[in-house]
Amino acid sequence: MNPNPHLDIAGLEQVYDRLATAIDQAGPEKSELFLVKLALLQAKAMGQPAVFEAQVEAALKDL
Amino acid sequence: MHNPSHLPRPSIYYNYQVFKPWLATENGKQENKQVVVVGAGPAGMVTALELARHGVASVVLASDLQFSQGSRAIVFTRRSMEILQQVGVAHRITENGLPWHSGNSIYRGQKVFRMETPLDPDDRFFPMINIQQQYLEEYLHDACAANPLIDFRWGNKLVHAEQSSGVVTAHVDTPAGPYQLETEWLVAADGGRSEIRSAMNLKLEGASFESIFVIADIRIDLPFPTERLAFFDPDWNRGNTILMHKEPHGIWRVDYQLPLGETPEEALQPESLKQRIDAQLKMIGFEGTPWEMDWSSVYSARTLTLPNYVHDRIVFTGDAAHLLPIFGVRGANTAFQDAQSLGWHLAYVLNGISPEKLMANHSEERVGAAREIITEAGKSTRFMAPPSRGFRLLRDAVLSLSLTEEFVRPLYHWRTSRPHEYKHSVLNSTCDDNAQFTGGPALGAPPQNVQLQHDDFLLDHLGGGFDLVYVCQSQSIPNELLHAVLAAKNDGLPLKLLAISDRDVKVLGADKTLFDPQQRFQIRYAVLAGGAYLFRPDQHVCARWLEVDTTRLLSSLQLAVMQ
Repeated sequence: MNPNPHLDIAGLEQVYDRLATAIDQAGPEKSELFLVKLALLQAKAMGQPAVFEAQVEAALKDL
Repeated sequence: MHNPSHLPRPSIYYNYQVFKPWLATENGKQENKQVVVVGAGPAGMVTALELARHGVASVVLASDLQFSQGSRAIVFTRRSMEILQQVGVAHRITENGLPWHSGNSIYRGQKVFRMETPLDPDDRFFPMINIQQQYLEEYLHDACAANPLIDFRWGNKLVHAEQSSGVVTAHVDTPAGPYQLETEWLVAADGGRSEIRSAMNLKLEGASFESIFVIADIRIDLPFPTERLAFFDPDWNRGNTILMHKEPHGIWRVDYQLPLGETPEEALQPESLKQRIDAQLKMIGFEGTPWEMDWSSVYSARTLTLPNYVHDRIVFTGDAAHLLPIFGVRGANTAFQDAQSLGWHLAYVLNGISPEKLMANHSEERVGAAREIITEAGKSTRFMAPPSRGFRLLRDAVLSLSLTEEFVRPLYHWRTSRPHEYKHSVLNSTCDDNAQFTGGPALGAPPQNVQLQHDDFLLDHLGGGFDLVYVCQSQSIPNELLHAVLAAKNDGLPLKLLAISDRDVKVLGADKTLFDPQQRFQIRYAVLAGGAYLFRPDQHVCARWLEVDTTRLLSSLQLAVMQ
């Protein structure tokens, strides 16, 4: 299942840059907190716990 | 020789009475007993009172000579009040307690979550009422002392219990030396550190949380209403949680979580307590307001239960059976439900109405309740006192988001203690109309109170046995139904037939007529004339019919008492 069919390469690049600058903006002490907040907001926007679960599994791979 | 202290415990608001010890040397030879209850806390005393209600005598052993030290359990739920009403002490708590129905969660000075439980006109009691445990114990003790079936023995410490072939021998020590009691059943209501449990080498199952909380009771004049206050991650105690509850006599309970690594001994040093309480008062805008310490203690959250409460003739109840987190007020409130359940199950076995296997049902129902509480309480506990780095991060993310994002705020919900539904109880009818009902409490559910008239509620009339509540449309009960009820009574089953009528008449044949001019019962129980609910002696529903008939009533009654 693809929860977001509209994320083309330009969109992905935009997210990539914004996430990177936002992590820098949050700073080393707060970046983890920032990412967890972001994940919760994303989960809310998505509204599908099962998809979230699949994404967690995907993100846990090859750490 | 057991020598409990004769010095009244210190308190700035409660005058401890020191009772005289019961001494075997001053009493005759001890006959065999039916029930010995070890422990005179809320669980033990409610068990004894419920047993007495069903006609069973018991001996209650209290190790000390006075009520327990400090306020301990202070928040009692509506269901607890309904149970305490059954044993005759709820009115005293209503007179002296502080009722409430709202709670607030505060983060960075902002009220990020507020929960108001609406007051239902059909309920006699508030969702919560605060009173110190000493008062609760005093009221329960007064009821025990007034009851000829309860033999209350202060200064009696159980040293050892052994059982063989249906007899438990209790070795009891007193200030005049030891004596023995033989009893058919022994109830271990000896609290969270139950020595009976340890001696029998029984293991609790579940989890313990690392976080330690300090509980401190202070007397201070604060202009806040009686509501729950929870402060998350304040500047003076980063990452940790503080709770405040108002108690009678101008006392406030302050609970605060300790930074990891700090020992209880360090935390309970007077300077440490003072510094932290001052910091908390400063944060809420009352720096420098004078206060006085009454009592302090520490606790850590645990979600543990024995997997079985009945071990031959020794039965565990209350904290002796399980250790539940303080968040959600689950200790004493669960104990009342345990004790009420134990009271009727054990009485029915002892009275020869039910076979001994009814006790297995008690254990199954109450272990099920404890496990449900553990699942729910685990959620609150993981939010209040995150047990790992991951849980802490998520909690902190939710705190941060909650300042602006509505959707995370319900995560602050503390999931207050609520009664368990015995949905899968083997005592539930298999031949009723449960599936056809469109509302009302279902099989196994606790009762819903109903205001029949001003200051007259359904639960004022239930209890002490089975209650068949029948919705009447005329001034008499159908003959077959009357005969069925009579047949059950003649078989020795404690059963009352209560007729609900919307007319102010006395329904012929009913043990009691409940005048319900607004038909509130019909509305709340989703039932019309000719329908009926059967309540167990703990007021949980065990059968309900849209149209009751004698065959199904009698077989449901038999099932409910395992005949």
